[in-house]
Amino acid sequence: MSLRPDLAAIAAMIPQGARVLDVGCGDGALLEHLKKSKQADGRGIELIQQKVNACVARGLAVMQGDADSDLVEYPSAAFDISILSLTIQATRNPREVLGHLLRIGRRTIISLPNFGHWRVRLSLLFGGRMPKTPALDDEWYDTPNIHLCTIADFVALAKANGAVIEQALALNERGRTRPMRADAWGPNILAEGAIFLLRKT
Amino acid sequence: MAELPKFIRPVTAAGAEIGHAIVLDKPLELDCGQTLAQPTIAYMTYGTLNAARSNAVLVCHALTGDQFVASEHPVTGKPGWWDEMVGPGKPIDTDRFFVICSNVVGGCMGTTGPAEMNPETGKPYGLTFPVVTIRDMVRAQAMLLDALGIDKVLCVIGGSMGGMQVLQWAASFPERVISAVPIACAARHSAQNIAFHEVGRQAIMADPDWKNGTYQLHGTQPGKGLAVARMAAHITYLSEAALQRKFGRNLQNREQISFGFGADFQIESYLRHQGMTFVDRFDANSYLYITRAMDYFDLAAEQGGTLAEAFKGSKTRFLIISFTSDWLFPTSENKHVAHALNATAATVSFVEIATDRGHDAFLLDEPEMYDTVRGFLASVASSVGA
Repeated sequence: MSLRPDLAAIAAMIPQGARVLDVGCGDGALLEHLKKSKQADGRGIELIQQKVNACVARGLAVMQGDADSDLVEYPSAAFDISILSLTIQATRNPREVLGHLLRIGRRTIISLPNFGHWRVRLSLLFGGRMPKTPALDDEWYDTPNIHLCTIADFVALAKANGAVIEQALALNERGRTRPMRADAWGPNILAEGAIFLLRKT
Repeated sequence: MAELPKFIRPVTAAGAEIGHAIVLDKPLELDCGQTLAQPTIAYMTYGTLNAARSNAVLVCHALTGDQFVASEHPVTGKPGWWDEMVGPGKPIDTDRFFVICSNVVGGCMGTTGPAEMNPETGKPYGLTFPVVTIRDMVRAQAMLLDALGIDKVLCVIGGSMGGMQVLQWAASFPERVISAVPIACAARHSAQNIAFHEVGRQAIMADPDWKNGTYQLHGTQPGKGLAVARMAAHITYLSEAALQRKFGRNLQNREQISFGFGADFQIESYLRHQGMTFVDRFDANSYLYITRAMDYFDLAAEQGGTLAEAFKGSKTRFLIISFTSDWLFPTSENKHVAHALNATAATVSFVEIATDRGHDAFLLDEPEMYDTVRGFLASVASSVGA
C-alpha cells in the first residue's frame, strides 16, 4: 500500500534511524513506513482505540491518548523528530501542544489545512456560511476542527513559540507538495495546506 | 517439540491427576528474609514447547485465580478462568504457543502456602508461613522456568495481581522477558485498595472459627469471615453502572420487601452466592497472605521512588491495557506505568478499553481486549521468529 502523498512528504524530511514520535498517528501507516524504509525507532499517540489496535497489530508502539493531555508526560529532547500531521486544528490548546512538540523533539514536523485558501475565503464571502471544502467537510456544529488557522496564522504562532522554520512545503488538494516561502502571501491563498519543519531556537 | 523434565508428583484432586507440580531442588529466598527450603510449585501447561524453546507464554493469575487458566477447575468444575483468552485459535493461541500458568507461592491449589504441611513440624503452616511478596511469587516462577529449561519467554501476561507479577518480571528479569502485557493493574497498591483488603482480612480474623489461623488443626473453617471478605472484594471488581444494569433494585424471588434481613434484593443474593461458593475453593489464610503481598507491592519503592528506574534500559516490548470503568486499578494508574516506560524510551503501547464492567472486565468477553492481545502477540512472535 502506498503512503498518502502528504505523509510521504513528511517521511522525506526524516533522517535514517531517527527516533520519531507521531502524535495522532492514526492506523500507523507513517510509522510503519518509517520503520521499514528508514529504520526509524517510532512511537505513536492515537485517540481512537481501534486505530491503536491496528498499530499494535502492526508491531508499533502506540499509546492511546491525546495531544492536549499526554504530551506533558514526555521528557524533553526524547525524540529526534516529533510529528503532528493534520491534527493541530483539532487540539484544545494548539499553542501549548506546539510548545510540547518543540520541547520533546529536537525537530518538529507539523502539517495543517490552510483556512486561508481561496476556496474557503470565497465560500464565506459569497456563501455567507461556514466554509466546507474537501479537506474540511464537517458542519460547523460538529466539526472536530475547533482551532482552524491560516498558514500566516501558524507562522506567527511558530514565531511566538520561539521556533525557526527550517523548511516549508505547500500542499495542494492532491497531496502534492512544493517548496514555499513561509511568509509569502501567495501560498496563504493558493495552498490547500502546508508542512513545516521546525526547530526550537 | 522440546523434551520437558519428569515431574516429581502430579497434583491430584478426587483421586485424579490434575496438572503438574514440581518440588524445587533449591531454596526460595524470600523478601522477608526467610527461605522456603524445597517449595512445591503446582502448574498447568497448554500447547507444545517448540524445539527452540522460543514459544513460551507465562500467564500470571490474580488474587483468587489459580493455574487452571484454560481447563476445567478441579473443585468447581467450571471452565478455566481465562478460557476465552487461552486455547486453540484463541488470542493466546495454544496451537502456536506453549502456555504455562503456575499457582503463586502462598496460594492454595498445590503450591506451597499456609494451608500446606510444614515439613519441619508435620503440621500445616498456618500463620507460621512467612509473609510473601509479588517479587517472591515471580522468583518462584523463574525457578519453575529454570526447571522446565526455559530461558526466555515470548510473553508474560496477566491481569490485576497477575499484572503486578508481569511488571515485576519485567523489572527483575528483563533479559528473560521478550514482551510483557500487564492488564488492569498498577505499579503500587493504592491506599483505597489496601483499605478494602484490610476489611477482608479483618472479616476473616473476626470469625471465631479462624482460631488464630490454626483452624485446620481444629477441623474448622472460617467460612463466614472468608465469605464476607469475598463479598466486599467482589463489589470492588464491578462498577456502579454494571450493578445498576444487572440488578438495579430488583427483588429476589419475592413481590415486595420483607421488612427483615433476608436477601430481599437480587444484589444481596448474588453477593451471598459469590461468598458461599468462594469458601469451597479457597483457603482463608491464603487469602490473608496473598492480599498482603498485593498491599506490599510498590515497584518504585524498590528503586528509590522513581518507577522509570525499574525499567531502565529494558528491551522488553510492553502492552498495557486498562478499562474505563475500573475503579480498583483505574486507567490513571495503568497510564502512570506507561508514562514511566516512555520516560525510559522503552517500547510501550497502551490501550484503554471502553466498558462498564469494571475491574472484572479483564476476565470477561471483551472483544477489543482479545483483538489487541492477539495482534500484539502475533507481531511479537513473528518479530522473533517464534
